[in-house]
Parts: sequence; C-alpha cells; structure tokens
Amino acid sequence: MTSRKSAIVLGGSSDIGRATARAFAKAGYDVVLAGRDVAALEPDAADLRARYNVEVGLRKFDVLDTASFEGFVGGLPALPDAVISIVGLLGVQQNAESDLAHATTIMRSNYEGPSLILGLFAEKFLARGHGTLVGVSSVAGDRGRASNYVYGSAKAGFSAFLSGLRARASRGGVHVVTVKPGFVRTKMTEGMKLIGPLTVEAPVVGDAILQAVEKKTDVVYVSGKWRLVMLIIKTLPEAMFKKLKF
Amino acid sequence: MTLVSGWGRFPVVDSDVLRPRSFAGVGDAIAAGTIARGNGRAYGDAAIGAVRTVAMTGFDRVRSFDPATGRIRLEAGTLLSDLIETFGPRGFLPFVVPGTRFVSIGGAIAADVHGKNHHCEGGFGRYVDSILLRTGQGEVIEASREQNPDAFFATIGGMGLTGVILEATMRLRTVETGWIRERVISASDLDAAMRALDAGDSATYSVAWIDCVARGRDLGRSLIYLGEHAGKDELTDGAASFPVGKDPGLGVPVDLPAMTLNRHSIRAFNELYYRMGARRAGGSRVVSLYPYFFPLDSLRDWNRIYGRRGFLQHQCVIPEAGARAVLADILGRVARRGDASFLAVLKKLGHGDGILSFPLPGYTLALDFPVRGDILNFLDEIDRLVVAASGRLYLAKDARQSRATFAVGYPALSRFNAIRKSLDPAGNIRSKLSQRLFDEV
Repeated sequence: MTSRKSAIVLGGSSDIGRATARAFAKAGYDVVLAGRDVAALEPDAADLRARYNVEVGLRKFDVLDTASFEGFVGGLPALPDAVISIVGLLGVQQNAESDLAHATTIMRSNYEGPSLILGLFAEKFLARGHGTLVGVSSVAGDRGRASNYVYGSAKAGFSAFLSGLRARASRGGVHVVTVKPGFVRTKMTEGMKLIGPLTVEAPVVGDAILQAVEKKTDVVYVSGKWRLVMLIIKTLPEAMFKKLKF
Repeated sequence: MTLVSGWGRFPVVDSDVLRPRSFAGVGDAIAAGTIARGNGRAYGDAAIGAVRTVAMTGFDRVRSFDPATGRIRLEAGTLLSDLIETFGPRGFLPFVVPGTRFVSIGGAIAADVHGKNHHCEGGFGRYVDSILLRTGQGEVIEASREQNPDAFFATIGGMGLTGVILEATMRLRTVETGWIRERVISASDLDAAMRALDAGDSATYSVAWIDCVARGRDLGRSLIYLGEHAGKDELTDGAASFPVGKDPGLGVPVDLPAMTLNRHSIRAFNELYYRMGARRAGGSRVVSLYPYFFPLDSLRDWNRIYGRRGFLQHQCVIPEAGARAVLADILGRVARRGDASFLAVLKKLGHGDGILSFPLPGYTLALDFPVRGDILNFLDEIDRLVVAASGRLYLAKDARQSRATFAVGYPALSRFNAIRKSLDPAGNIRSKLSQRLFDEV
C-alpha cells in the first residue's frame, strides 16, 4: 500500500462521477470507481491510470440494494480518505405523480441509499478519527417546485441528513461536504432547457468537489450565482411562490 | 433540427445533432447524410452533417499510454488542450499542434492539421499510427499504414468522409519543458518575409504574421516568429518546467457591430502590432507554449469580433515556384480592399501525408474577411489566382469555394472518391461540405 491519499466515487460512471474521479486522480489520489455496471467502468479506470499514473480499483455498487452496503464497505481493501456520493436519479416528475414505483425509486436513489451508505462510512471514519464524506445533493432540495418536487424532496432529505451528520461528525474529526451543483450539462440534463449563465460543465463540478475536500468547505454551490438565486427563491412567501410558474 | 455553424459562423444551416454515449450508439446514429463533429473548430461547413451531425466530444478517454515510447491510444473526442495539459507536465507533447488547442483529435486527423513545424516535421497525420474507424457501411475497422492502408490514408485529411473516427493511436514527442525559445525577425516587405521564412527552414517552428493592410513599398511587411523547444537550463530560476495554460477567461461577450472592423481600426491595429514586434526583433526570449502556439485562444469567442454575420477564412497554398508573384498579387488586392483580418498568416508547408491533405510544398497564406458586401465575388477572384498558380484551398477553413476550384486543386480526388465508395457504397457519410464540393448531383 502506498502512502498516497485515496478516494472512492459512488456513481462513477455518471458524467459528474467521471469528472470527479479525474479531478482526484489528477491531484494524486488513488481512486476506486463504484457503480452498478463494473465492466462499463473499465475504460474509465484505464483512462485514469494512463493519464495520471495512479492506482484505480473497481467495485460493484447499487444504491438501491441497501442490504449489500455493509458487505460493500467491509469488502474494501482499505478505508479511503474520502467518499464521494454522486449517485442520484432525476426521474420523470409527471410519471412519479401517479406511478408509486417510479416515485419510490427516485426517493430511494436520492435520499435513502446515499444517506445510508455515507452514514455507514461515517461510523468507520469516526472510529478511525478522520476522513471526508461528500454528498452531491441539489439546489432542487432548497425548495420544492411544482415541476420536480419528488426529486427535490428526496434531495432536501439528503441535504438535511448531511447537515446533521456534519454537525455530529465534525466533533470526531470527520468532515462532511454538501455539494449543490445547479445546472450541469450532463446526460441527466440532456434535452432540458438549461439557463446558460447558471449552467456549468461536469469538470467544473469535479474540481469544486476536490477543492471542497481539500479546503474542508461545508456547503458548496458550484456556481456562486446559485447561492443568490436560491436565497431569493427560499425567501419568497409561500403565497407568492405557489402562483409562480416555476 | 438544430441550427449549426462552424467557427466562422457562416453558413448557419439545419442539421439533426445527436450525442451518442457509446460507440455502439455512434453506429446506431449513422444514417443517410451523417458526419461526425468534434469541437466545431472547422471554420465552414465541414463538420455539419447533410442531414445529421454526430457530436463526438463526450468520447475523451485515454485508452493506454506508454511512457517508454510516447505512444498513446485515445478516443477521438479528446481535445488537444486536454492532451497537452495532462501529458505536458509528464514531458510529452503532440508533435503537431494547429493555431488553437481546442480541436478534437478526430478533427485534427480528419483535417490533417498542420502547425508551425510543417516545413520540417509534417502534419498531424504523420504521427498517427492507427485509427479505429466506423465506416458508413457499418463496419468498425482498424486502419494503419499496413492494415487497410487505403482507408488510413483517405481518413487522414479526409474531412470525416471515410466514416466516424472512434479512436486513434499516435506518437507524442518528449520535451524537457513546456517553453519555447522564440526569435522574432522583422521583414519590411514580402521579399524580405519570404527570405526570412526560407532562412528559417532549419528552425523547428516558423510562421510569419503579415500586415495585410500595408501597401506599396510596405506590401507584405511582417514579423517572423521562429521557435525551438527550450531546455531546462534555459529557464529563468524558479520557473516551472511546464507552464500553466490559463483558461480563456476574457471573452468577447457579444457580437461586435460590423462597424468595429473597418479599414481605420484594422490599419491602426496592424501598425501598432508591427511596430511593437519590430522593437523585439533580433533578440530571443523564452515564452510559454500557450501564447506561442495558440495566440488567439487567450481571447475566448474571438469569432464574435466579426459580427453576427460571421466571417470567412481564405487559406490557400501556392507551390514554391512562382509563389512570390501570386502572393504579391493577392496581398495587393487585399490591401486595396482594406477590410481583411487584423493579421494574415504566411508560412511554409512541406508534403502532405493523406490523399486529400491540404499541404503541398510551398507557401500558405491565411486571411480572414467579415461576411459583407461583395466578399464572395472578391474571394472568387482570389481563387482564380490560386488555381492559375496550381494552388489549392484548405477544406477545414473553407465555406464557399466552387467545385471547379476544388477539383483542380485536389487532383487525387478521384482516388479518394473510389476509396470512399468502397467504404460506404450507400453514401451514408455526407457533410454540407461534401454536398457542396464532392458528391454527385
């Protein structure tokens, strides 16, 4: 084992996951990519090894299979320095309004699974006395919107979980980062109408996550403009907010 | 349908843009009238599908790298900037880079781009060992100098018309540093400029920036930039051996009104640029590779300077014999017009490698013109001079040359078309450029 730092990326095959893995590998971290389809992660692992000459491991991880979580954490060859959860599912709001199964999948993918796995790592990190946990949440969790409140509510739950965990874990030397990327041009948002000046590319998110881990930031709005936008949206009175087409 | 244009923002045309996520998806995306598109830095209509355009920039994985040999295998959507930033600090750079680093590897191969070293080191394709190609017929083939050589040499410089380039294996050069020792020579007229370029034949990199507004005795006055890779011992104390490429932060936020570029502003700019450069002439200094190779990259969205209607770049190459008279004629007409680019580029080229590669031994001149007035007629007039001198135009920059100009300039066209036909009998791979210049009507 080298003395290099290591990070595990949950949801490694997503655009933000790939970008985050690149940012950490570039900074010299050994990386473990975890995702549902390990074979599909192979080219990304080869990419990181060729580019940055770091060790890259692959692990199967399914955020909906919570029963596998303890085995997953226990099966890692070593406890990493940082765990980054990119996993999430936007889903289709309209379908989720009438299809309970779809709504459940969105809720579990964005709240239950990510919270449970980071909670599990938190216990290990606290026992060890150090480590960083990163949860990619969303500005959509700052206030429920008519157009995506199933997703948004799950992200709100995840943000609350992270903030509570941060308060507790910080006393034990463990740092928790909440990332709210805003609009990112990825396959998840393909075909959506994104507002240009509020939209960033995946590598910007990857770099922001690395920065947050290194500088021990608590909550990161990837584009600073979002902090202001969401401040305004959060403070609008409900009576006015419900009339907005938003 | 989406409105698509090249870097010159002319023409703007309709094409279906697809963004597949896997190579299998690329295959599925190919239908009648499809072309691949990298980062959209071709100036005209080369990377716009006749019907459908397949965006390749998502494919940016390095498959393997051997630091012992500098051989790298990568996906075709990887940007040159990415390659430079990742492997530069490890002591490796591409052998050939064009004037912008924001091109994809696939695009660089398809246009067989040249750099400031073409006169002695050849073009981008020379350092490509093999290509993974998805043909229009639906096959995925590996092509190299030994395996499927016809497909290989037709793909280098083939403007994407042999199929979609998925991956490539190429060689990188080893460098001690990311710095260039630059020497500036000022030339008071065209003869002096051509002499200086000839004298710079032994320099690794050489290029001339011409004041294309200067007339009369000053016609063709220029600054010639020669360059060599700098060694570690040439760096000032404390300098990092590899410079940081600054993100182009400063951009052109809006389309400038067409008025901004007029003969007075261009003349003033050229005068200033020439004088500032001439003051540095004679000496040498060590500069970062970024401003040396990519001077325009520091101004993001510089294509907006030419206004909403876009601009045309005219880049021709004229064979060495007789080049002087033709270049003087072209520059004279451009100077009399007065509305060409702030700066024109003159450089020497050597032999091209691909069947349809642009370079041939001689001088290449690149000029930018805003789209307005009678510019199309004027460029046709310039084309007649190019054709008469057995020259040709660069397809990666072209948006308007005629079929006749193209056919005369590229005598290997029939051989190219035969190979294209064998790879794509149904004619699925077609761009707006191929419709304009190649395809049977």
